[in-house]
This record gives sequence, C-alpha cells and structure tokens, in this order.
Amino acid sequence: MTGPTSEKLNTYRAGPDAEGRFGKYGGRFVAETLMPLVLDLEKAYLEARSDPAFQDELASYLKHYVGRPSPLYYAERLTAYVRGLSAPGKGAKIYFKRDELNHTGAHKINNCMGQILLARRMGKTRIIAETGAGQHGVATATVCARFGLPCVVYMGATDVERQKPNVFRMKLLGAEVIPVTSGRATLKDAMNEALRDWVTNVADTFYIIGTAAGPHPYPMMVRDFQSVIGREAKAQMLEAEGRLPNAVMACIGGGSNAIGLFHPFLDDSDVEIIGVEAAGLGLSTGEHAASLSGGRPGVLHGNRTYLLQDADGQIKDAHSISAGLDYPGVGPEHAWLHDVGRVQYQSATDDEALSMFQLCAELEGIIPALEPAHALARAVDKAQAMGEDEILLVNLCGRGDKDVFSVMDILKDR
Amino acid sequence: MTRIADRFAKLAHERRAAFVPFIMAGDPDYETSLALLKALPGAGADVIELGVCFTDPMADGPAIQAAGLRALKSGQTLKKTLAMVRTFRQQDDETPIILMGYYNPVCAYGPADFVRDAKAAGVDGLIVVDLPPEEDAELRLPARAEGLDFIRLATPTTDARRLPMVVKNASGFLYYVSVAGITGKAAGETQAVAAAAARLRAASGLPVAVGFGIKTKEKARDIAKVADAVVVGSALVERLASSLAQSRGKSDIVVKSVLSLARDISGAVRAPREE
Repeated sequence: MTGPTSEKLNTYRAGPDAEGRFGKYGGRFVAETLMPLVLDLEKAYLEARSDPAFQDELASYLKHYVGRPSPLYYAERLTAYVRGLSAPGKGAKIYFKRDELNHTGAHKINNCMGQILLARRMGKTRIIAETGAGQHGVATATVCARFGLPCVVYMGATDVERQKPNVFRMKLLGAEVIPVTSGRATLKDAMNEALRDWVTNVADTFYIIGTAAGPHPYPMMVRDFQSVIGREAKAQMLEAEGRLPNAVMACIGGGSNAIGLFHPFLDDSDVEIIGVEAAGLGLSTGEHAASLSGGRPGVLHGNRTYLLQDADGQIKDAHSISAGLDYPGVGPEHAWLHDVGRVQYQSATDDEALSMFQLCAELEGIIPALEPAHALARAVDKAQAMGEDEILLVNLCGRGDKDVFSVMDILKDR
Repeated sequence: MTRIADRFAKLAHERRAAFVPFIMAGDPDYETSLALLKALPGAGADVIELGVCFTDPMADGPAIQAAGLRALKSGQTLKKTLAMVRTFRQQDDETPIILMGYYNPVCAYGPADFVRDAKAAGVDGLIVVDLPPEEDAELRLPARAEGLDFIRLATPTTDARRLPMVVKNASGFLYYVSVAGITGKAAGETQAVAAAAARLRAASGLPVAVGFGIKTKEKARDIAKVADAVVVGSALVERLASSLAQSRGKSDIVVKSVLSLARDISGAVRAPREE
C-alpha cells in the first residue's frame, strides 16, 4: 500500500460516521435552508435501507427494468493483446464488468432507480437533477418517465451544445432541460443551479444527485446504490474463476461507478484497488480533471474533499475529453481512501482514452464510453506488470454511443 | 463592547432599525469598490456587509453571482478584501463590517490565519453561508477567540426543533433569511417576517436582521418596522451593474448612482417607527 498516511485498518467499510464524515472528508456544508432537508433525507434513507420491502422493490426494478445483473465478461482478445506486449509469464487475464449494458447505457441508472424509489416513499412530487455529459440526466429523466414524476434537469449551456443527442433524449423522455449560463456554464455550475432550485422549492422537490458527492447522506446513499456493481462482480468472479481478482480498476470523475465497484472489495486486503482520474491534456498543463492527483482539500457542493482550486480557494475549471469526468471535485470517500492509502489513484490523458476507445472497439467489439476508456488505459499497463495467472477486473461503466460523434470530429481533425 | 453591540445599542436608543447595505468587495474593481465602501456610512449605512467573492455561490441569485464574477475578473482575492477593510478603518472606526461569503476561500487562507488577519484589519463579524451550525465549530471557535462575531442564519425551514441549536452559539445578531430561496428573489410577507423576527429575538436575545429579496423603499420601510436591521444587497448590486453599463465603466458615476439608491433606502429604513 502507498499513500502519505498509509495505515492498516480493521475495516475500510465502516464510514461515514454520524456526521457524514469519511475521516475528515464529507460532512454537510449546505446553507441553513437546506439543513432540515438533508437531515430528513438521511432519516428517510436509513429507514428505507433497513426495510426489506424497499430493498425487494429496488431489486425487482433493477432486474426487470435496468437489466441486472450485468454480465462479467472475459476480454480474451484484449488479454491476448496485452500478453503480446508483456514479458514472458506476464499479462493478467482481463475481465470487464459490463455495466454499459444497463438500460440507458451506463451505471447511472442504478443510483437513479434507488433515489426515485426513495423520493416516492418520501412523498416528493418533483424531481431535479444536474448533468454534465447528459448520462445522469438521461437516467433521471428515464426513471421519472417510468414513475410519472415531473423532471427538471440542469445542464451547463456549453454541455447542452456539445451533447445534443442526450438533450434530445431527455426531452423525449418528458424532462425539462434548463441550460445553465451562470458561472462558467459547466457541470459544477449546473450543480450550483440545482442546489438553488432545491433551496427555493424545499417542500415538494427531491434532488437526485448523480455522483457519490454532495452533502451527507448523498455520498453514502449513492455508494450504496452503486455497490450492486461490486457485489455482483464479486459473486460472478467467484463463480467464473473460483477466486477474487488480484486487482480491480475503474475511472473516477465524482467517482460513483468506482466506489460502487470498490466498496465490496475494500476489506479484501489481497485485492489491489486502482482508480483512474482524467489527466486531460496532462497533469503538468493544468488542463485536467484529476482532483486527487492535482488538487487539494477544500469545501464545495456540500462536502469537504479534494478540489481543483487556486491559491485564493477559487474553484478551477476541470478539463477532460470525457464530459462525465469533467468535474473539479471527487467524492469524499475517495478522498479518504486516497489519504489512508487503501486505493491507489492514477490518471490517463485525453489521448490515452481516445486510443483505448478505438482499441476496445477493434479488439472486443465493444465501444466503451470515453470515461471507462481512461480506466482501460491504465489497465493495459497494469495487466502487463501482473503475472499471467493473475486477474484484473475493469468496470466498463458506460457505452460509447454518446461519444461517437465527438470522437469522429476529433479524429477527423487529425 | 464590540462595534456591532455598540451600534445596535445606539439604534435601540434611537428606536430605529439599522440599514445594512451589502456590496461585493472588488466589484467592479478594487478602487471603485473601496470608494463605495468609504462613502456608504455617509449614505446612511449603519452596518456594512462586504461580500467575499467565490466562483460557486450556491445560495445567490443572478445579481450577486454576476457581482462575484466581476470581482473575480478584476483580480479580487480574500487578501485584498481584508486590505480594503484595513483602509476603510483609517477613516471609520465605528461602522461595523461583516464579511459574507462561502467557506472555501477561508479554508484556503487557513481559518486560524484568517480570523487573526480579519480581526487586525478591522472586521467585526462573519457570515459563512455554507457553514451550518453542524459544521461551523472549526471557524466559529477561532473567530470567537479573536473577538469576531459569528453570525448565524435562520430561515423559514429552521423549525422549532432546530432553532435552539441555531441560536445557541450565535453572536452579534441573527440573520433571518426571509424566504426559502436564493438572494434577490421576492422577500417574505411582512406579517410572516414579523412573527419570525419576534420568535428569533425571543429565542436568542440578539438583534434580528432580515434580508434576501428586500429591493424597494416600501418593502424596506415595512421590514424596518418589524426587524432590528434591514439588509439590502441585490438591489444595490443591480444598480451598480446597470450604471456600470450606462456609464461605460465610469467609476465616479457608478459610485454616485449606488449611493443615491442607498440614501433612498436608508431614508425609508430610518423613517421613525409609528408606535
């Protein structure tokens, strides 16, 4: 294990504490108007979590509507490719957890389904969400259509322009998409605007946050809903190989797919865990979205975590080719796992992700989203350093349909 | 006694509410903003709220968001905001100054260094929007140790269950956010505000300032009858923005225009209470 304050704990799965902290990260840094709401939400969620009827209902929708469990797939040709690059005896067997096969094409819906069932249980009648690339917006609009609830999605005006197909999808699903022009018109501004809506419509509105960040209980709740990924993967791996993987990897923006995969493995000390942030044009250029590798702790959007910021504490714009990783913060549990050294955080550049986008399509017949393409970039390196009798599991958290047009434009220019 | 306590004692004696203008430090630039700050007491400001700009002001409406962006663009930092207060104090040692903003710039400065430097500069109190009572000990305790007031916010969603916790460690005054929402939207109904102000005063023993959405003289006059202080922010900031556009950035015209609105509103707030 690595990390500045590396320490061995009996369990890494106990957090958060009653104040919503993972170590010093997390918490509830919201305006007083919202405090009663996040406290109510926490209470309602804890009750739902321990209610078998709620869990049964969620499991049923995940199976019949979302299409879970998602398959565990042995990426045979990618493995052969890696072994071709490796020293003799090296080159781990690579598996994909195929969350890109979920309804709506990404892991986002695991969380949206959980949160909308909770919203219904709490008697909320209006749903709001923020979105960057539009994947979380589409997933939210989808569950809102399914349950007949009005849905308002805040999206940075820049992203509305860049992600037209997803904007159309959301509208088709009956959602109202509000372009956000305040601030710098990106994902973080969309989140600010959603918080402003929530603070104004406190009585009837439920805010479905899309990543494992925000004020407590969101980081815990989103993690719990996404942990279905890791629980399934663990059982499937035992069935396929009779043992756990030697390493698991996932990409990190806010970090919801990653914490969902990682959390069930945190106490399996033989399993190495690696998260991959977006290095954009390169960490040294300052044009990236790697909060853990290139940021420092601060407070934004209701939680204390690693943030991209300047010396005055002003939040810097993130940059990534992948709109889904384009966020200047990261979930607080990742911040803590980074500090205690249980998870190793690496990064991959725009160009590396682009190459993997193409390589995975060519070798496996799977067009990955640009987000997991970042994880694949480091996975290919990692697998080469591992023995050929070892197993590496990568979360393929989204499919690349949404990215084909922007990738086409980029490749055309080269 | 602190400057805040002195000021509210004096106003209680005069049987009138305080006029509390809000301006964003560094909006539209350091010099204009400093000139405005220096002239506000002369235009009737009893207490001044000075905004600390932040890239992500999640409780603010469009007017104050835009003010923050103008300040950031002109190069304003928390350090410069403290320098502004220090300069102001060379001419005015009585008008209380409250810094209002978000936690991250303070975090980046370092809470202990910040409260020391703020006190030395002549700041009297702090309002940090995203530090609710559950999270504020890390700044409130060092602030109180330095003799800075830590001003708590109460809102329409602060119910009877939460109120004791909100008032428990409050100091200076209590800031009542008159509507559930962001800055600059419509203010709460005067009757509801009156009831809330009375409830908060009784629970805290502190003066109650009312803000968020008070944009006209009429509304300011109404609220002044039921509260101990009337905070006006978005209206002044909007005036600044429009005069900035009309005068093509002429600093003296901008200052004059904002002061004239401040004078109007302060006149309404100062109108003697009828009872």
